[in-house]
Amino acid sequence: MSDTPADAHGHEHPKHELSHYAKRIYAIRDLLVEKGVLTEKDIQCQVEYQEARAPANGSKLVAHAWVDSAFKARLIADPKAACAEMGIDAAAVNEFMVLENTEKVRHMVVCTLCSCYPRPILGRPPDWYKSFNYRQRAVVDPRGVMREFGLDLPDDVEVRVHDSTADIRYLVLPLRPKGTESHSEADLAKLVTRDSMIGVTDALPAIPE
Amino acid sequence: MARGHHDIGGLPGAGAIDQSEHQLSDWEILADAVNQALGARGIKRTDEMRRAREEMDSETYRDMTYYERWIASIETILIEKKILTKDEIDRRLGEFEKEWGEP
Amino acid sequence: MNSQAGKFKPGDRVTVKLEDRPGHIRTPWYIRGKTGWIERVYGDFLNPESLAYGRDGLPKRTLYLVAFNQADVWGRTAGPTDKVLVDIYEHWLDRTQ
Repeated sequence: MSDTPADAHGHEHPKHELSHYAKRIYAIRDLLVEKGVLTEKDIQCQVEYQEARAPANGSKLVAHAWVDSAFKARLIADPKAACAEMGIDAAAVNEFMVLENTEKVRHMVVCTLCSCYPRPILGRPPDWYKSFNYRQRAVVDPRGVMREFGLDLPDDVEVRVHDSTADIRYLVLPLRPKGTESHSEADLAKLVTRDSMIGVTDALPAIPE
Repeated sequence: MARGHHDIGGLPGAGAIDQSEHQLSDWEILADAVNQALGARGIKRTDEMRRAREEMDSETYRDMTYYERWIASIETILIEKKILTKDEIDRRLGEFEKEWGEP
Repeated sequence: MNSQAGKFKPGDRVTVKLEDRPGHIRTPWYIRGKTGWIERVYGDFLNPESLAYGRDGLPKRTLYLVAFNQADVWGRTAGPTDKVLVDIYEHWLDRTQ
Protein backbone atom coordinates (compact mmCIF):
# COMPACT_ATOMS: atom_id res chain seq x y z
CA MET A 1 0.00 0.00 0.00
CA SER A 2 2.73 2.46 0.90
CA ASP A 3 5.71 1.48 -1.24
CA THR A 4 5.55 2.14 -4.96
CA PRO A 5 8.15 3.08 -7.58
CA ALA A 6 7.55 6.72 -6.62
CA ASP A 7 9.16 5.98 -3.25
CA ALA A 8 12.39 4.74 -4.74
CA HIS A 9 14.02 7.94 -5.91
CA GLY A 10 14.97 9.97 -2.91
CA HIS A 11 16.67 9.81 0.42
CA GLU A 12 14.94 7.11 2.45
CA HIS A 13 13.88 7.68 6.06
CA PRO A 14 12.11 5.06 8.13
CA LYS A 15 8.55 6.28 7.84
CA HIS A 16 7.75 6.19 11.53
CA GLU A 17 10.50 8.82 12.06
CA LEU A 18 9.00 11.33 9.68
CA SER A 19 7.33 14.53 10.84
CA HIS A 20 3.55 14.76 11.00
CA TYR A 21 3.06 16.41 7.64
CA ALA A 22 5.71 14.31 5.96
CA LYS A 23 3.73 11.21 6.96
CA ARG A 24 0.47 12.74 5.89
CA ILE A 25 1.37 12.90 2.21
CA TYR A 26 1.42 9.09 2.10
CA ALA A 27 -2.13 8.96 3.42
CA ILE A 28 -3.24 11.71 1.05
CA ARG A 29 -1.67 9.98 -1.96
CA ASP A 30 -3.23 6.65 -1.04
CA LEU A 31 -6.70 8.16 -0.71
CA LEU A 32 -6.42 10.15 -3.94
CA VAL A 33 -5.51 7.02 -5.90
CA GLU A 34 -8.16 4.92 -4.16
CA LYS A 35 -10.84 7.46 -5.05
CA GLY A 36 -9.63 7.75 -8.64
CA VAL A 37 -8.73 11.42 -8.31
CA LEU A 38 -5.21 10.61 -9.47
CA THR A 39 -3.60 7.47 -10.82
CA GLU A 40 -0.22 6.04 -9.79
CA LYS A 41 0.85 6.71 -13.36
CA ASP A 42 -0.02 10.43 -12.99
CA ILE A 43 2.30 10.61 -10.00
CA GLN A 44 5.07 8.56 -11.59
CA CYS A 45 4.95 10.72 -14.71
CA GLN A 46 5.49 13.81 -12.61
CA VAL A 47 8.42 12.22 -10.77
CA GLU A 48 10.05 11.38 -14.11
CA TYR A 49 9.23 14.76 -15.68
CA GLN A 50 10.88 16.52 -12.75
CA GLU A 51 13.97 14.31 -12.91
CA ALA A 52 14.46 15.25 -16.56
CA ARG A 53 14.55 18.93 -15.73
CA ALA A 54 17.98 20.13 -14.74
CA PRO A 55 20.25 23.16 -15.08
CA ALA A 56 22.06 21.40 -17.95
CA ASN A 57 19.11 22.39 -20.15
CA GLY A 58 19.68 26.04 -19.39
CA SER A 59 23.45 25.70 -19.82
CA LYS A 60 22.90 24.27 -23.32
CA LEU A 61 20.72 27.25 -24.26
CA VAL A 62 23.23 29.77 -22.96
CA ALA A 63 26.26 28.13 -24.59
CA HIS A 64 24.46 28.00 -27.92
CA ALA A 65 23.46 31.66 -27.58
CA TRP A 66 27.09 32.55 -26.90
CA VAL A 67 28.33 30.94 -30.11
CA ASP A 68 25.39 31.81 -32.39
CA SER A 69 24.26 35.44 -32.26
CA ALA A 70 21.21 34.81 -34.47
CA PHE A 71 20.09 32.12 -32.02
CA LYS A 72 20.72 34.51 -29.14
CA ALA A 73 18.42 37.05 -30.79
CA ARG A 74 15.74 34.37 -31.23
CA LEU A 75 16.19 33.25 -27.61
CA ILE A 76 15.60 36.77 -26.36
CA ALA A 77 12.69 37.44 -28.71
CA ASP A 78 10.83 34.14 -28.16
CA PRO A 79 12.41 31.96 -25.50
CA LYS A 80 9.89 29.10 -25.72
CA ALA A 81 10.42 28.72 -29.47
CA ALA A 82 14.20 28.84 -29.03
CA CYS A 83 13.95 26.10 -26.37
CA ALA A 84 11.92 23.96 -28.75
CA GLU A 85 14.67 24.41 -31.39
CA MET A 86 17.13 22.88 -28.91
CA GLY A 87 14.77 20.06 -27.98
CA ILE A 88 14.02 21.52 -24.54
CA ASP A 89 10.40 21.22 -23.52
CA ALA A 90 9.44 24.61 -22.07
CA ALA A 91 5.74 24.19 -22.83
CA ALA A 92 4.84 24.18 -19.13
CA VAL A 93 6.07 27.74 -18.60
CA ASN A 94 3.24 30.26 -18.96
CA GLU A 95 5.54 33.01 -20.15
CA PHE A 96 9.27 33.23 -20.04
CA MET A 97 11.80 36.04 -20.37
CA VAL A 98 15.53 35.91 -20.91
CA LEU A 99 17.53 38.67 -19.21
CA GLU A 100 20.83 39.31 -20.96
CA ASN A 101 23.79 40.32 -18.81
CA THR A 102 26.39 42.69 -20.24
CA GLU A 103 29.61 44.29 -18.98
CA LYS A 104 27.52 47.14 -17.61
CA VAL A 105 24.31 45.34 -16.51
CA ARG A 106 23.70 42.32 -14.29
CA HIS A 107 20.31 40.77 -13.55
CA MET A 108 19.23 38.78 -10.51
CA VAL A 109 15.94 36.90 -10.01
CA VAL A 110 13.95 36.27 -6.83
CA CYS A 111 10.39 35.44 -5.85
CA THR A 112 9.90 37.34 -2.58
CA LEU A 113 6.33 36.06 -2.12
CA CYS A 114 6.99 32.34 -2.56
CA SER A 115 9.48 30.48 -4.81
CA CYS A 116 8.52 30.99 -8.46
CA TYR A 117 11.32 29.68 -10.62
CA PRO A 118 11.72 28.52 -14.26
CA ARG A 119 11.33 24.86 -13.28
CA PRO A 120 10.62 23.52 -16.78
CA ILE A 121 14.04 24.79 -17.89
CA LEU A 122 16.17 24.50 -14.76
CA GLY A 123 14.40 21.89 -12.62
CA ARG A 124 13.76 22.46 -8.94
CA PRO A 125 15.13 25.61 -7.31
CA PRO A 126 18.00 25.27 -4.82
CA ASP A 127 17.11 25.42 -1.12
CA TRP A 128 18.73 28.83 -0.75
CA TYR A 129 16.51 30.37 -3.44
CA LYS A 130 13.46 29.37 -1.38
CA SER A 131 14.96 30.52 1.92
CA PHE A 132 13.58 33.44 3.94
CA ASN A 133 16.99 35.13 3.95
CA TYR A 134 17.25 35.20 0.16
CA ARG A 135 13.64 36.26 -0.32
CA GLN A 136 14.08 39.10 2.21
CA ARG A 137 17.49 40.36 1.06
CA ALA A 138 17.55 39.96 -2.72
CA VAL A 139 15.43 43.02 -3.47
CA VAL A 140 17.07 45.36 -0.94
CA ASP A 141 20.69 44.10 -0.90
CA PRO A 142 21.40 42.31 -4.19
CA ARG A 143 25.08 43.30 -4.17
CA GLY A 144 25.49 41.86 -0.68
CA VAL A 145 23.90 38.63 -1.85
CA MET A 146 26.12 38.51 -4.93
CA ARG A 147 29.21 39.04 -2.76
CA GLU A 148 28.24 35.97 -0.74
CA PHE A 149 28.21 34.04 -3.99
CA GLY A 150 31.60 35.45 -4.98
CA LEU A 151 30.59 38.31 -7.27
CA ASP A 152 31.72 41.82 -6.31
CA LEU A 153 30.55 44.47 -8.78
CA PRO A 154 31.78 48.07 -9.14
CA ASP A 155 29.29 50.94 -8.81
CA ASP A 156 29.26 51.67 -12.51
CA VAL A 157 27.58 48.31 -13.23
CA GLU A 158 23.80 48.45 -13.00
CA VAL A 159 22.16 45.69 -10.96
CA ARG A 160 18.57 44.89 -11.92
CA VAL A 161 16.67 42.62 -9.54
CA HIS A 162 13.50 41.01 -10.86
CA ASP A 163 10.84 39.96 -8.36
CA SER A 164 8.79 37.36 -10.25
CA THR A 165 5.39 37.99 -8.73
CA ALA A 166 3.19 36.83 -11.59
CA ASP A 167 3.19 34.28 -14.44
CA ILE A 168 6.44 35.40 -16.07
CA ARG A 169 9.48 33.19 -15.37
CA TYR A 170 12.95 34.64 -15.75
CA LEU A 171 16.22 33.14 -16.91
CA VAL A 172 19.44 35.13 -16.77
CA LEU A 173 21.73 34.87 -19.79
CA PRO A 174 25.15 35.29 -18.16
CA LEU A 175 28.03 37.12 -19.76
CA ARG A 176 30.40 34.94 -21.80
CA PRO A 177 33.68 34.78 -19.89
CA LYS A 178 36.73 36.39 -21.49
CA GLY A 179 39.30 34.15 -23.14
CA THR A 180 36.80 31.48 -24.20
CA GLU A 181 36.84 32.22 -27.93
CA SER A 182 38.23 28.81 -28.85
CA HIS A 183 36.09 26.76 -26.43
CA SER A 184 33.72 24.20 -27.89
CA GLU A 185 30.02 24.67 -27.21
CA ALA A 186 30.07 21.65 -24.89
CA ASP A 187 32.93 23.18 -22.89
CA LEU A 188 31.17 26.53 -22.76
CA ALA A 189 28.09 24.85 -21.29
CA LYS A 190 30.27 23.62 -18.38
CA LEU A 191 30.93 27.24 -17.43
CA VAL A 192 27.22 28.04 -17.16
CA THR A 193 26.21 27.20 -13.62
CA ARG A 194 22.66 27.16 -12.31
CA ASP A 195 23.51 30.07 -10.00
CA SER A 196 24.68 32.17 -12.97
CA MET A 197 21.26 31.64 -14.61
CA ILE A 198 19.55 32.90 -11.44
CA GLY A 199 21.99 35.81 -11.52
CA VAL A 200 23.64 35.67 -8.10
CA THR A 201 26.96 35.07 -9.79
CA ASP A 202 28.62 35.21 -13.20
CA ALA A 203 29.47 32.14 -15.28
CA LEU A 204 32.64 30.29 -14.29
CA PRO A 205 35.80 31.78 -15.75
CA ALA A 206 37.35 28.36 -16.43
CA ILE A 207 36.21 24.75 -16.61
CA PRO A 208 36.13 23.22 -13.12
CA GLU A 209 38.64 20.42 -12.41
CA MET B 1 -5.07 44.31 7.85
CA ALA B 2 -1.35 43.79 7.83
CA ARG B 3 1.45 42.53 5.68
CA GLY B 4 1.07 38.81 5.03
CA HIS B 5 3.66 36.56 6.71
CA HIS B 6 4.79 35.41 3.27
CA ASP B 7 5.28 38.99 1.99
CA ILE B 8 8.85 39.36 3.20
CA GLY B 9 10.77 41.23 0.50
CA GLY B 10 12.94 43.89 2.14
CA LEU B 11 12.25 42.90 5.75
CA PRO B 12 15.30 43.59 7.91
CA GLY B 13 17.15 41.07 10.04
CA ALA B 14 17.92 38.49 7.38
CA GLY B 15 21.32 36.87 7.78
CA ALA B 16 23.78 35.15 5.50
CA ILE B 17 22.35 32.79 2.92
CA ASP B 18 22.88 29.13 3.71
CA GLN B 19 24.07 27.71 0.40
CA SER B 20 23.99 24.07 1.48
CA GLU B 21 21.59 21.85 -0.41
CA HIS B 22 19.89 18.68 0.66
CA GLN B 23 18.97 15.71 -1.44
CA LEU B 24 15.19 15.43 -1.45
CA SER B 25 13.62 12.76 0.70
CA ASP B 26 11.10 10.31 -0.72
CA TRP B 27 8.24 12.15 0.93
CA GLU B 28 9.35 15.48 -0.56
CA ILE B 29 9.54 14.01 -4.06
CA LEU B 30 6.09 12.55 -3.49
CA ALA B 31 4.69 15.89 -2.27
CA ASP B 32 6.11 17.62 -5.33
CA ALA B 33 4.70 14.97 -7.68
CA VAL B 34 1.23 14.92 -6.08
CA ASN B 35 1.11 18.72 -6.26
CA GLN B 36 2.09 18.75 -9.93
CA ALA B 37 -0.28 15.88 -10.76
CA LEU B 38 -3.24 17.65 -9.12
CA GLY B 39 -2.39 20.72 -11.21
CA ALA B 40 -2.05 18.70 -14.41
CA ARG B 41 -5.49 17.17 -13.78
CA GLY B 42 -6.98 20.65 -13.31
CA ILE B 43 -8.03 19.84 -9.75
CA LYS B 44 -6.31 22.79 -8.19
CA ARG B 45 -4.40 25.87 -9.29
CA THR B 46 -1.07 27.16 -7.99
CA ASP B 47 -2.88 30.36 -6.93
CA GLU B 48 -5.09 28.33 -4.56
CA MET B 49 -2.04 26.63 -3.03
CA ARG B 50 -0.34 29.99 -2.47
CA ARG B 51 -3.46 31.39 -0.84
CA ALA B 52 -3.71 28.35 1.45
CA ARG B 53 -0.11 28.91 2.60
CA GLU B 54 -0.77 32.60 3.17
CA GLU B 55 -3.77 31.76 5.36
CA MET B 56 -1.67 29.59 7.65
CA ASP B 57 -0.77 30.79 11.06
CA SER B 58 2.47 32.85 10.91
CA GLU B 59 4.37 30.75 13.42
CA THR B 60 3.32 27.55 11.70
CA TYR B 61 4.44 29.00 8.36
CA ARG B 62 7.91 29.82 9.64
CA ASP B 63 8.35 26.58 11.58
CA MET B 64 7.41 24.22 8.77
CA THR B 65 9.84 23.19 6.10
CA TYR B 66 9.18 24.03 2.47
CA TYR B 67 7.53 20.74 1.49
CA GLU B 68 5.67 20.45 4.78
CA ARG B 69 3.98 23.72 3.83
CA TRP B 70 3.09 22.26 0.45
CA ILE B 71 1.56 19.18 2.06
CA ALA B 72 -0.46 21.31 4.48
CA SER B 73 -1.75 23.42 1.56
CA ILE B 74 -2.58 20.37 -0.55
CA GLU B 75 -4.62 19.05 2.36
CA THR B 76 -6.39 22.39 2.93
CA ILE B 77 -7.36 22.70 -0.73
CA LEU B 78 -8.51 19.08 -1.07
CA ILE B 79 -10.69 19.45 2.02
CA GLU B 80 -12.03 22.80 0.81
CA LYS B 81 -13.00 21.20 -2.49
CA LYS B 82 -14.62 18.28 -0.61
CA ILE B 83 -12.38 15.78 -2.35
CA LEU B 84 -11.08 14.39 0.94
CA THR B 85 -12.00 14.95 4.57
CA LYS B 86 -9.65 15.46 7.48
CA ASP B 87 -11.14 12.40 9.18
CA GLU B 88 -10.35 10.18 6.21
CA ILE B 89 -6.77 11.39 6.12
CA ASP B 90 -6.39 10.95 9.87
CA ARG B 91 -7.79 7.42 9.65
CA ARG B 92 -5.62 6.34 6.75
CA LEU B 93 -2.57 7.83 8.44
CA GLY B 94 -3.46 5.92 11.61
CA GLU B 95 -3.55 2.67 9.63
CA PHE B 96 -0.17 3.41 8.06
CA GLU B 97 1.36 4.32 11.41
CA LYS B 98 0.39 0.91 12.79
CA GLU B 99 2.17 -0.69 9.82
CA TRP B 100 5.24 1.48 10.17
CA GLY B 101 5.69 0.88 13.89
CA GLU B 102 5.96 3.32 16.75
CA PRO B 103 8.53 6.19 16.67
CA MET C 1 4.42 37.46 -25.72
CA ASN C 2 1.84 39.90 -27.00
CA SER C 3 1.40 43.51 -25.99
CA GLN C 4 -2.32 44.00 -25.72
CA ALA C 5 -3.75 47.49 -25.48
CA GLY C 6 -3.73 48.30 -21.78
CA LYS C 7 -3.99 51.64 -20.04
CA PHE C 8 -0.22 52.21 -19.84
CA LYS C 9 2.65 52.09 -22.28
CA PRO C 10 6.41 51.78 -21.82
CA GLY C 11 7.91 54.92 -20.30
CA ASP C 12 4.74 55.96 -18.44
CA ARG C 13 5.38 56.97 -14.84
CA VAL C 14 3.20 55.03 -12.43
CA THR C 15 2.73 54.77 -8.70
CA VAL C 16 1.74 51.51 -7.01
CA LYS C 17 -1.42 51.97 -4.95
CA LEU C 18 -0.76 52.36 -1.27
CA GLU C 19 -3.59 50.10 -0.26
CA ASP C 20 -4.15 47.17 1.97
CA ARG C 21 -6.65 44.70 0.57
CA PRO C 22 -7.71 41.36 1.99
CA GLY C 23 -7.22 38.17 0.02
CA HIS C 24 -4.47 36.81 -2.18
CA ILE C 25 -2.42 39.77 -3.41
CA ARG C 26 0.64 39.50 -5.66
CA THR C 27 1.73 43.14 -5.24
CA PRO C 28 4.46 43.00 -2.60
CA TRP C 29 4.21 45.25 0.44
CA TYR C 30 7.63 46.86 -0.12
CA ILE C 31 6.60 48.32 -3.49
CA ARG C 32 3.24 49.77 -2.49
CA GLY C 33 3.16 53.54 -2.73
CA LYS C 34 6.38 53.61 -4.75
CA THR C 35 6.79 55.42 -8.08
CA GLY C 36 8.49 53.90 -11.09
CA TRP C 37 7.87 53.51 -14.81
CA ILE C 38 6.46 50.96 -17.22
CA GLU C 39 9.30 48.93 -18.70
CA ARG C 40 7.21 46.45 -20.67
CA VAL C 41 3.59 45.50 -21.34
CA TYR C 42 3.24 41.75 -20.83
CA GLY C 43 -0.36 41.38 -21.95
CA ASP C 44 -3.53 40.10 -20.33
CA PHE C 45 -3.64 37.36 -17.72
CA LEU C 46 -6.25 35.75 -15.51
CA ASN C 47 -6.48 37.55 -12.18
CA PRO C 48 -4.71 35.55 -9.44
CA GLU C 49 -6.74 37.38 -6.75
CA SER C 50 -9.82 35.56 -8.06
CA LEU C 51 -8.17 32.27 -9.09
CA ALA C 52 -6.89 31.81 -5.56
CA TYR C 53 -10.48 31.28 -4.36
CA GLY C 54 -11.47 28.84 -7.08
CA ARG C 55 -13.10 31.52 -9.23
CA ASP C 56 -12.48 31.90 -12.94
CA GLY C 57 -10.00 34.81 -12.86
CA LEU C 58 -12.05 36.88 -15.32
CA PRO C 59 -11.92 39.57 -16.50
CA LYS C 60 -8.28 39.29 -17.42
CA ARG C 61 -5.99 42.05 -16.21
CA THR C 62 -3.08 43.65 -18.04
CA LEU C 63 0.27 42.77 -16.49
CA TYR C 64 3.24 45.14 -16.65
CA LEU C 65 6.94 44.98 -15.92
CA VAL C 66 7.41 48.05 -13.73
CA ALA C 67 10.91 49.37 -12.96
CA PHE C 68 11.92 51.36 -9.91
CA ASN C 69 15.15 53.06 -8.87
CA GLN C 70 16.46 51.28 -5.78
CA ALA C 71 17.02 54.66 -4.15
CA ASP C 72 13.31 55.50 -4.59
CA VAL C 73 12.20 52.23 -3.03
CA TRP C 74 14.54 52.01 -0.02
CA GLY C 75 15.79 55.59 0.38
CA ARG C 76 19.31 54.33 -0.15
CA THR C 77 21.20 52.16 -2.58
CA ALA C 78 24.62 50.60 -2.98
CA GLY C 79 24.83 51.11 -6.75
CA PRO C 80 23.57 54.52 -7.95
CA THR C 81 21.81 53.13 -11.05
CA ASP C 82 20.50 49.90 -9.45
CA LYS C 83 16.88 48.98 -10.09
CA VAL C 84 14.21 46.64 -8.83
CA LEU C 85 11.63 45.37 -11.32
CA VAL C 86 8.28 43.88 -10.35
CA ASP C 87 5.47 42.29 -12.38
CA ILE C 88 2.36 44.30 -11.42
CA TYR C 89 -1.27 44.18 -12.58
CA GLU C 90 -2.91 47.29 -13.97
CA HIS C 91 -5.48 47.63 -11.19
CA TRP C 92 -2.63 48.23 -8.73
CA LEU C 93 -1.17 51.17 -10.70
CA ASP C 94 -2.04 54.86 -10.92
CA ARG C 95 -0.70 57.18 -13.58
CA THR C 96 1.72 59.75 -12.14
CA GLN C 97 3.22 62.91 -13.64
